[in-house]
Amino acid sequence: MSGHHEVHYVEGTKHAIPHHFNSGYHEFDASKMGMWVFLVNEILLFSALFVAYAMFRAKDPVMFHEASHQLNKWMGGLNTIVLLFSSLTMALSVGYLQRNNTKRASQMLILTFLCAATFMVVKYFEYSHKFHAGLLTAKFYTFEGISAGHPGLFFSLYFMMTGLHGLHVLIGMGVIAWVWWRTRRGDFNEHYFTPVEVTALYWHLVDLVWIFLFPLLYLIG
Amino acid sequence: MLEFLQRLKFPLPQASTFAPKVDLLYDFIFYSSVFLFIPTIVAMIYFGWKYRTKPNDNREVPYIDGHHTFEWFISAFVGVIFFIIFVWGLIGFNELHNPPAGTYEIGVVGKQWMWEFNYSNGKTTRNELYLPKGIPVKLVMSSPDVLHSFYVVNFRVKQDVVPGMYTTLWFQADQLGEHDIFCAEYCGTAHSNMLAKAIVLEPEQFKAWLQGSDPNQLTQLEIGKKIFNTRNCVACHSVTGVQTQAGPTVKGLFNRKVNLSDGTQVVANEDYIRTSIINPATHVVKGFRPIMPAFQGLLSENDISAVIAYIKSLKE
Amino acid sequence: MSVANSDVNYINSPKGLWSWLVTIDHKRIGIMYLFTTLAFFALGGIFALLLRIEHLTPGRTIMDANQYNIAFTLHGAIMVFMFIVPNVPAAFGNFFLPIMIGAKDVAFPKINLLSYYVFWLGAILAVCAIIFGGVDTGWTFYTPYSIRTNTAVIFMASGAFIMGMSSILTGLNFIVTVHKLRAPGMTFFHLPLFIWGIYATAIIQVLATPVIGMTVALLIMERVFGIGFFDPALGGDPILFQHFFWFYSHPAVYIMIVPGMAIISEIIPAFSKKTIFGYKPIAYSSLAIAFASFIVWGHHMFTSGQSYLASLLFSVATIIIGVPTAIKIVNWVATMYKGKVSWETPMLYAMAFIFMFSIGGLTGLFHISLAVSVHLHDTYFVVAHFHYVMMGGTVMAMLGGLHYWWPKMFGVMYNECLGKIGAALMFIGFNMTFGSQFIMGNLGMPRRYYDYAERFQPLHQVSTVGSWFIAASFLLTMSYLIYSLFKGKKAPANPWDAKSLEWTIASPPPTENFLTDPVVTEPYPYGTPNKARSHA
Repeated sequence: MSGHHEVHYVEGTKHAIPHHFNSGYHEFDASKMGMWVFLVNEILLFSALFVAYAMFRAKDPVMFHEASHQLNKWMGGLNTIVLLFSSLTMALSVGYLQRNNTKRASQMLILTFLCAATFMVVKYFEYSHKFHAGLLTAKFYTFEGISAGHPGLFFSLYFMMTGLHGLHVLIGMGVIAWVWWRTRRGDFNEHYFTPVEVTALYWHLVDLVWIFLFPLLYLIG
Repeated sequence: MLEFLQRLKFPLPQASTFAPKVDLLYDFIFYSSVFLFIPTIVAMIYFGWKYRTKPNDNREVPYIDGHHTFEWFISAFVGVIFFIIFVWGLIGFNELHNPPAGTYEIGVVGKQWMWEFNYSNGKTTRNELYLPKGIPVKLVMSSPDVLHSFYVVNFRVKQDVVPGMYTTLWFQADQLGEHDIFCAEYCGTAHSNMLAKAIVLEPEQFKAWLQGSDPNQLTQLEIGKKIFNTRNCVACHSVTGVQTQAGPTVKGLFNRKVNLSDGTQVVANEDYIRTSIINPATHVVKGFRPIMPAFQGLLSENDISAVIAYIKSLKE
Repeated sequence: MSVANSDVNYINSPKGLWSWLVTIDHKRIGIMYLFTTLAFFALGGIFALLLRIEHLTPGRTIMDANQYNIAFTLHGAIMVFMFIVPNVPAAFGNFFLPIMIGAKDVAFPKINLLSYYVFWLGAILAVCAIIFGGVDTGWTFYTPYSIRTNTAVIFMASGAFIMGMSSILTGLNFIVTVHKLRAPGMTFFHLPLFIWGIYATAIIQVLATPVIGMTVALLIMERVFGIGFFDPALGGDPILFQHFFWFYSHPAVYIMIVPGMAIISEIIPAFSKKTIFGYKPIAYSSLAIAFASFIVWGHHMFTSGQSYLASLLFSVATIIIGVPTAIKIVNWVATMYKGKVSWETPMLYAMAFIFMFSIGGLTGLFHISLAVSVHLHDTYFVVAHFHYVMMGGTVMAMLGGLHYWWPKMFGVMYNECLGKIGAALMFIGFNMTFGSQFIMGNLGMPRRYYDYAERFQPLHQVSTVGSWFIAASFLLTMSYLIYSLFKGKKAPANPWDAKSLEWTIASPPPTENFLTDPVVTEPYPYGTPNKARSHA
């Protein structure tokens, strides 16, 4: 070998295997591990908020109980179902790619995207209701229906936790749109679908975080 | 041996009962460290020099890739020394955390950028903390703004002063004279000027000082007003008649009939107000939540009387 | 192996500034990180010199109290977030980690470049904080002061947040690279100890950095939206901030020191011409430190008002972390036994490291002992302690590594005589600057004090003069290193007769790293031709 080297492509695609990997599978394996490490890091990011939640709730459970009544269980429940369904469609799109059915795979990605969009629309209605009612972060909190302690703290936590989660949903929508576009273009087949696979891993985590947020914020009342 | 250790130390007065104990432990750690440090560094320099390479050095180096017993021995050895240091330190920390019964309490307020000391009879000093010699003193500390830390080098004690909570610190000064008080937690522009003096007097002198007339001595009513404001009662209990969400107003409170959350009705007399201050959970006014902190042990009887006198004066 | 053919290498192929700015070559990214972080080291150093000059006399010398508060905050923040955290992992780690495990690049080269630009984005925000009036909270951003002050906290906090993201990306890349890209035969126990250290660091970076990210994000939210978590007036708890902060920042201490230890573990065998004593204990101790570092944060808070039980547990945990550290030091010294020790500049820095880091570590004992810790907390004793660890430790290791790998990175030799003078000046200056601070701390001089009592003045002056020695040493070192880039003697592939894989390829390395498949042996095969097994 001299300075330049041959370029290898994954079978049936235009994806060049980077020179530091031995094979397409080697790259797939490394990328998946990279995403898992990233997810560990994401969990720790959210964990700081969960710790704050646990601490403030332990300090004033009565206030948390009362404040949680101000959240709309039905909207939260609807969003839970929507996100769970989107995890299914996301998993299906990977499954279809593994069987080289790119058409079905891209349909599933569209469904996933629409679910995410529905989630954000519901979230928009929930947020605007809270803004109008004065259920805001501690300093700007003006709602007068809760007499216990500092209910502003609960809504600070609510906005921080669902806000950070919502940001993850938005980023996920962007990534899903991008892999959908690449699927349509025919970049992927049963030998190469790494971007869709790691997007799916990320999307399942976004779903998982919501599975924790929903009962902790909506259902304690 | 102890005397020998003392002579090697930097001259720092030992003005509390803690100081000699802390210093002894400090010495133990210091000499343990020297005991661990010197052999390591001597070995490093000795090996470096003895086995230094020379031109045309044809020595064969041995292959020594470790020694299990040696590693375990070192781990156990330093482990034991560290553990002794820890346990010894814990004993001292225990003492620092558990004040004896019958301490004399002084209220401390650290704020940007001064120290205020409140004595049980309503006397207040700024940046001068008078202390009786040989009597254990407990400081109950709070801050209205940011973090501070109460630090008396000569007593070897330090405790952060945290807004939103009371922290306590106890010690027994046993050296007459003046000792520096520093703020040890960064608190802004004049952090390094947030200094005070601890002035230790003989117990009789202290008593005389405490009872002595003070040109700045406030009347009971003024003391009450001051406490009502500095202890932030006013944040929840307005003096103007305005009801806040957090607590009922105290304007016109005295001798009024009050409806409680358990459905009973009481007259707001001195005893009612006193109980409500030291243990607010006993009487919770209807429509409010039991969120007020208990002031038991934080205000002296004189303080409470002064607050009551102040509330009495707020007629409708 | 075409070692002689170093005409085409990563520096000159391809050519042009643009090819550097968009490079995904780990070596070029490492070099860019190296110069960027050294520039920030100089900037942080300028603030340090100003602080020391201010302390020549009590009261005002050259600046007022607010300027002083801004200067010490910027010194700390720049040194921590922009120099010491990214320096060794992102500069030397990027350059040497792939080569030392026999890989052609890190697992995700584009993410690697992204991390560099993310770092710059954070750095620009931090520089904005300086331009818009500075920050005066201390690098620790303690609440509620950081909520109330009207300085540019949001800029600095966002900068720290974004630089944290860069650090996470680097750590992620390294973890996957070590797991997935080792050359055939490069088992975990054939990894050079530098890799073990960087790997342990990467684990801490990924696990701890998100928490500080969230913490400073919450601080920003506190200032913008008044979320009240840390504000007692709104029902929050200022101590919570300290818990969050130190949950990251104590592990961050190990993000700073473990890579330094990792470099020393390379230099000592190379300059003793002897295999490392206790390979496995050193490797395991890096991991032990990485994991134990997560349970010791509360030892920063013994006087903060945290519970008694918490203080006790954190104190025990801190003892546990002391043992692996002691093991490493003893093993380094034992490695020199019966070796062929040559006193060249990297070895001088390594020995200075052992000397000063031992002092830094042992003065840590004063802090695990609760009763003494209460007295010394927030005094100059603490300042001296962590400078002995951070600067006496990490910076000495960084300078050692810089001299050790300079011939490999740039293909030139520096002036050995000037190198020795620089190391000596650094050793003298450092011990003057911070040795005197131990004494001041013990006498009760609180840290972050603009003004001080007159009895401390002689010690402050010794400290200030010492800082000038450090500055002189740094300027000298940078001068002869930069001079060597233009006029230096050409370096051979392996000037030190060192054994790890980077010395088997040309200096400077070719773009592809390895022109033939690397031959993996045990990591330090000195004096044992029969034991140097080949796994190729």
